[in-house]
Amino acid sequence: MNEHRNPQRPTRLGLARRGYSGVIQRLAAHGAGSALPDAELESRLIELGFVEGARVEILHEGIVSRDPIAVRVDNVTIAVRRREAMAVIVA
Amino acid sequence: MEARLMHLALVGTPNSGKTALFNALTGSRQKVANYPGVTVERKEGSFVTPHGRQVSLVDLPGTYSLRGRSPDEEITRDIVLGRTHGEAVPDLVLCVADSTNLRLTIRLLLELKNTGRPIALVLNMFDIARRRGVSVDVPKLSEALGVPVVTSIAVRKGGTADLLHLTDQILSGTAPKSGENRWRPLTVAELRATQREADRIIAATVSLPTRPDTWTARIDAVVLHPIGGLAILLLILFVMFQAVFAWTQPLMELLSSAFDGLGQLVHDVLPAGLLQSFLQNGVISGVGTVIVFLPQIIIVFLFILLLEDFGYMARAAFLMDRIMGGAGLHGRAFIPLLSSFACAIPGIMATRVIDNRRDRLTTILIAPLMTCSARIPVYTLIISAFIPEREVWGWINLRGLVMFGLYAAGIASALGLSFLVKFFMWRDYQPAPFMLELPDYKMPRVHSVAIGIFNRAKMFLKRAGTTIFAMMVLIWFLASFPQPPVGAHDPAINYSLAAHIGKAVAPLLEPVGFNWQIAVALIPGMAAREVAVAALGTVYAIEGGKEAAAQIGEVLATKWSLATALSLLVWYIFAPQCASTLAVIRRETGSWKWMALTFVYMLVLAYSASLATYNIALALGAG
Repeated sequence: MNEHRNPQRPTRLGLARRGYSGVIQRLAAHGAGSALPDAELESRLIELGFVEGARVEILHEGIVSRDPIAVRVDNVTIAVRRREAMAVIVA
Repeated sequence: MEARLMHLALVGTPNSGKTALFNALTGSRQKVANYPGVTVERKEGSFVTPHGRQVSLVDLPGTYSLRGRSPDEEITRDIVLGRTHGEAVPDLVLCVADSTNLRLTIRLLLELKNTGRPIALVLNMFDIARRRGVSVDVPKLSEALGVPVVTSIAVRKGGTADLLHLTDQILSGTAPKSGENRWRPLTVAELRATQREADRIIAATVSLPTRPDTWTARIDAVVLHPIGGLAILLLILFVMFQAVFAWTQPLMELLSSAFDGLGQLVHDVLPAGLLQSFLQNGVISGVGTVIVFLPQIIIVFLFILLLEDFGYMARAAFLMDRIMGGAGLHGRAFIPLLSSFACAIPGIMATRVIDNRRDRLTTILIAPLMTCSARIPVYTLIISAFIPEREVWGWINLRGLVMFGLYAAGIASALGLSFLVKFFMWRDYQPAPFMLELPDYKMPRVHSVAIGIFNRAKMFLKRAGTTIFAMMVLIWFLASFPQPPVGAHDPAINYSLAAHIGKAVAPLLEPVGFNWQIAVALIPGMAAREVAVAALGTVYAIEGGKEAAAQIGEVLATKWSLATALSLLVWYIFAPQCASTLAVIRRETGSWKWMALTFVYMLVLAYSASLATYNIALALGAG
């Protein structure tokens, strides 16, 4: 209900649940906890369409720890682990 | 003027329909090989343009950028840049885009432009895009990008006419000019800027639909359901095994009797003697026994290709990612491992999709434990001979159930091994990221699937016709020479070289319940697993005459105990009975160490598992 009254608070895509929808604010690979170097993780995310302003929606979650997640990024669906999705700040 | 052969290259992101376009353009005029020095698959084909120009087309590995994160992507980059020794520099690079999803390809195209190569953009799957409400201002897009743009529908007859016409236009008259190569790896900031530029161009020239593909959403709601989706995945695998085992039977029996008939014909026409024995027992019965299994190999690849074309493979990887992650495997390992069910060799080669070296090595190590199609002949033979044909619980075929059990044992041991590798060898290891596009579902096309199956069947028959044939002749020679002395009473094979070798190895295999005939068959079985079936046939056919050759299974049932049969089945789950697999592992890992490790661990597993099976079976009274 709160979400409807106020704009959503920025959060990491890796923390969001199924059904969440928002817009990418920025990428913050540092401290996301991925095994990849920060620049490499950002490059890969951009290559798959995770750029600022893109609309995202979490469509599906995996069975173990709700991981990985299937994310609609504009008009593409990308499967990604929550660990990497932590680098995507959405609101 | 004699027109020279023109070289075209297809570049595109994964799932752009690149392969469908390649198939549509070249049809069956394809050559599949490897790039020298690396084991990246090189797909080349040829076609003739409407103006009669000869064109050679290479289908480069799919990539999102030219950064070259994996050996496949390096091949794509180096060929486009003309850096690969012995490869023609492409006269024209065709950048293939899925028209329903232009963002990623347009960015790739902007990066490609920096290489200075002549480029054209192919808007593939244009029919689907139009149906979904995507409309593209093609001339404006072409102007904005500064490259020719053409639409195509690879899967429809005549759907590539515009592309062929454009190819002629670009290649005719003046040779296309190559610009200066200004390409260098993009920084994160440049990548972002390029994507913004791509998005700006798309916003100005393309109107996108507001809603996603409803069919894909509906299907995904079911097949990506955490529990329902896994149940469906298991069901698909189960149906696949039942199909491989049960549906192919009539065709296999037909092939089998055809080869028997051919052998009988040779027997009747030729005088008794060495030549007759060589042709009937060595050549026809040997190669025939292997070719009979072609229907099963076709069925396995039919399933894999259909699932791949439909778009399900990526979903399967999604469902399996964390489950496989628990065993220390990457979700992307699912596709190589599933391919290993057909043959470990393409499976091991497919591990190239895994970027991380450790993930990749683990997958390579366990891939040979997946039940490959070459084991099917061995399993089928023994199961038919020793497991009664009946239904359990009303509808499940008992033989199919045993087959399923053998597959399950392979999978379980593979997961267990992977867990051990992760735990003992790479304790400090952080899992590599799993990032994968889930493409919209597409109806698989008969043409594309048929070409895929045809290529695989050709590879299998080539093996049957070369390696296996050579091994069969060798086996026949070993089993026929030296000839028995005049007045000998024992069967002729007891005097042969094969018997000497088999008997020399037999004491080592006696504890697991193998007799010397099995020992003889296992030696050539190193060349290819299925050869062991033909070898057993040869060994027993020569021992018992042609009636035995027709019914190897019946002979085995009378000569082996159930314990021996079960022990051999278990042996085949684990044993490193394939020299080609070992050779591919050496090539893929670039080290003898990994090959030796694979060989030793599989041998130890096979011996101990067979030893346990044999003794338990004996204790239960199956001796």
